[in-house]
Amino acid sequence: MILLTCPHCGPRGISEFTYRGDATVARPTAPEGVDDTSWVEYLHLRDNHKGPHDELWHHVQGCRRWLRVRRDVVTHKVISCCDLAGDPAGDVAESNP
Amino acid sequence: MNRHPSMGRLIDRNRPLSFTFDGETYRGYHGDTLASALMANGVRVIGRSFKYHRPRGIFGAGSEDPSALVQMRAGARAEPNMRATQVELYEGLVAHSQNNWPSLNWDLGAALGLVSRFLPAGFYYKTFMWPGKFWPHYEHLIRNMAGMGRSAKAADPDHYEKRHAHCDVLVIGGGAAGRTAATEAAKDGSLVWLVDENAQLEALDNVTTMARTTAFGKYDDGLYGLVERTGDHLAKPEAGAPRQILWLVRAGRMILASGAIERPLVFANNDRPGILLASAAARYLADYGVAPGKRAVIVANNDSAYDVASTLIEGGVEVAAIIDQRHMTTRREIAGCEILHNHAVIDTAGRHGLRRVTIAPLDVDGDAVPQSERLIDCDLLCVAGGFTPSVHLFSQAGGKLTFRDDIQTMVPKTEVPGITVVGTANGELDGGIGAPIALSRGKAKQFIDLQNDVTAADVELAAREGYRSVEHLKRYTTLGMGTDQGKTSNLNGIAALANALDKPLPDVGITTYRAPYTPVTIGALAGREVGAFFTPTRRTPLQEWHEDNGAVFVPAGLWQRPHYYPRGGEAMADAVKREVLAVRENVAIVDVSTLGRIDLHGVDVAEFLNRVYINGFKTLAIGMCRYGVMLRDDGMIFDDGTVAHMGDNHYIMTTTTANAGPVMAHLEYYLQVVWPDLDVRLTSITDQWAVVAVAGPQSRALLENLDSDMEFANQALPFMGWRAGEIGNIAAQVFRISFSGELAYEMAVPSDHGHALWEMLLAAGKDMDVIPYGTEALTTLRTEKGHFVMGPEADGRASADDMGLGRMLSSKKDFIGRRSLRLPALMTEGRLNLVGLVPTDGKTAIPPGAIMGNRETPGPSMEKAGHVATSVFSATLGKPIATAMVTNGRQRHGETLWAHSPVDGRVVQVEVTDPIFIDAKGERLRA
Repeated sequence: MILLTCPHCGPRGISEFTYRGDATVARPTAPEGVDDTSWVEYLHLRDNHKGPHDELWHHVQGCRRWLRVRRDVVTHKVISCCDLAGDPAGDVAESNP
Repeated sequence: MNRHPSMGRLIDRNRPLSFTFDGETYRGYHGDTLASALMANGVRVIGRSFKYHRPRGIFGAGSEDPSALVQMRAGARAEPNMRATQVELYEGLVAHSQNNWPSLNWDLGAALGLVSRFLPAGFYYKTFMWPGKFWPHYEHLIRNMAGMGRSAKAADPDHYEKRHAHCDVLVIGGGAAGRTAATEAAKDGSLVWLVDENAQLEALDNVTTMARTTAFGKYDDGLYGLVERTGDHLAKPEAGAPRQILWLVRAGRMILASGAIERPLVFANNDRPGILLASAAARYLADYGVAPGKRAVIVANNDSAYDVASTLIEGGVEVAAIIDQRHMTTRREIAGCEILHNHAVIDTAGRHGLRRVTIAPLDVDGDAVPQSERLIDCDLLCVAGGFTPSVHLFSQAGGKLTFRDDIQTMVPKTEVPGITVVGTANGELDGGIGAPIALSRGKAKQFIDLQNDVTAADVELAAREGYRSVEHLKRYTTLGMGTDQGKTSNLNGIAALANALDKPLPDVGITTYRAPYTPVTIGALAGREVGAFFTPTRRTPLQEWHEDNGAVFVPAGLWQRPHYYPRGGEAMADAVKREVLAVRENVAIVDVSTLGRIDLHGVDVAEFLNRVYINGFKTLAIGMCRYGVMLRDDGMIFDDGTVAHMGDNHYIMTTTTANAGPVMAHLEYYLQVVWPDLDVRLTSITDQWAVVAVAGPQSRALLENLDSDMEFANQALPFMGWRAGEIGNIAAQVFRISFSGELAYEMAVPSDHGHALWEMLLAAGKDMDVIPYGTEALTTLRTEKGHFVMGPEADGRASADDMGLGRMLSSKKDFIGRRSLRLPALMTEGRLNLVGLVPTDGKTAIPPGAIMGNRETPGPSMEKAGHVATSVFSATLGKPIATAMVTNGRQRHGETLWAHSPVDGRVVQVEVTDPIFIDAKGERLRA
């Protein structure tokens, strides 16, 4: 079981968390102005990366914060784990002011 | 019993035990394994082999043994495929042989051996996979014939525990290398665990030692799976003690000292009872004082054979010859024992156990010279093919292996962070091992995998058929895929493939080691999470009342909700009808504490609600409630519920019972990830409140009987209003919302007062015959009223418009999922709409889940027009009704369709109707 080091709770087994998906996908800030193709891409299309990948995890059985986890999907090595709100420079927060 | 007077360090001769094998009673000693005790009693044949039903005996002395598998115990504790070499003897032990019929010595399945040339590698794939529809028949026959032991039919009477632990250093293997490493590691004060799969493990200072504990798997980030067999060595576990404990241990680092396993040699008929690994033969004497035979031959490709010979001779076994496959290297003399270099065993004889071996010198190509064959009588053949390090957990952790020529085997090559491999597991073995030889193949079988009956010829056939990758070879031939995980067979299999492909052995590679090292019982993996504890059960504050008052329960997520409350011997249909009519005509109460409740605080709550619901919330006044529907961003309905405006910047949201958790996570996601600028704080308060709905035309009259400072008249508490006040001395919130379509109130009080509130409602309604109602009546009432619910109707593929809620969709604001409503798929004709159904004959129940068709006889040209969602008997209307999702359903009211049950073939003619069967104008709600 992968160990995630939650910035609020410390190292915890991954069974305390739920996975949402790709953290680099940003919800368009003004959905009404987006064409159908881009909207469907946002909804459904994801790249299947090999190697390091940014993912969204929710610490549901801990602090209930949404975290961005950079993880190598080949080796399972966790490279970083940070709170989205506490990381304004992050891709997701940046594209969703 | 045949025992050596002084050898046998593990047995206690003062503690004799009796046990039975196949119904015969035998004697053994405390400290014996079932294998050593059977051997001491002269039992040679332990079982029949998996595929060819050949007699098999004891081959090894530990977890590596591929063939001495037995059926242990009886009744509910029956356990198949247990290694006799690891089963500790206890008084009254009962074991049976496996895989034989009608008896061990006269086995019908052995006839398979006679037709075995028709059972080559991949036989099942080639023969039985076509035509596919016959496979279930073949499978049934094959399972009967090839099955191993039989599992118990009754529930396991024992219990199993699961424990989590941490240590700094986990040492696996209690041999010399492991003990030294553990002692060393403990010197700096580290928390050190030393585990060993065997029963004997001496304590060490400052080290936690655990015997009978197998480290079966290495998982991510230093997690190890251990299974401790706390009760397997007893007839049954001590009172209150578990049978086994599954340990999940996070270790800072691991030291693997799991030793090495001897390799067999491959030659014709190398599987007879009486043929043992040489090291195992020596162990039976040294550890248990049992001689595995009277006259032995040892065949070897290394020097370990000579020490084994000395042990056997010390134990009173005549060693007729040592057959050394190597050219003479160093000459070692052993008195009374013929030593033949550059020779091999090429065949054996003995129908129910070894009687004779055939040996021959080897020619320059390493093949036997047939003219120079010689026969040697013996009842024990020790095979010594060198040792293979047990690197399973290192390999599971991703460690790579490399082939070492001097010991002819794979050893750890790479560094794996946090893992150190020591001792023989790391290849600290005597060198001078002869390379494997491939003897020419006659008709006789040369076994590589004794458990799955895989022969050298099977490997060659697989190679000829193009299975060149060792991973493909494994899957095609099933080599190493038995319960022994190929501990004695994998390397010989690779050597045979290398030979067949004419490639050097290191180039062939090795199959990936996978957990578990030895089989782990499902009981240990399940632990306490069985039966009622399979999932947690959530209880409302009123659960006890429901139980005490005869409710029949139905699972709803993790809750157990009252389904209905039968009176006396009342049938379900009658109880539900009575409960429904009580709501429609009188008054009844229901426990709705399971609905999710989320408290929202912050200056942006109204804005946030506006973004998560399809309808507007900015105009919702304090003291009022509003129904809302949430979509996912793909435009499909996600959840529905009500929101009450409690005060300045304060709202309470309710969710459906099953979706309370997902809705909370959804809201947290949007607040933290998408709109972190919004000032909203969420708190789940489901467990803090007990909520009871009072419904029916008499509900106001009931409430007015309460000792309360609140007024319930229409002007004081209008439809969709809420008020706070006191009931008795309890602070309460009363929401005038309705799910049933009747005049109704939801009363919320702090959990601790839930029971008191319930009793006060029953007392206040006593004169008007108030009764409780369950979820089945609730379902009937909401179906009559045309309310959809998450699941049956809104199944994740339905939009708000599909449910007839198009007018709720606000055009003045953006909300989650709104953009998707303009996608072609959501605007197209032919979407499934919510409709009502009634049977044309007014009496036949409509099958739930039925497929809607436009004719009575199904066929390719039938229009498949959707499906039935919820089907109930409407007590109010006195006939069955249903909801359905029907193609263009809103335009088809009045049309006749047929509901086809895919389960039992029933076909019911129905009329499509408006989904609202009762009070379409909503006058009852507002009464």
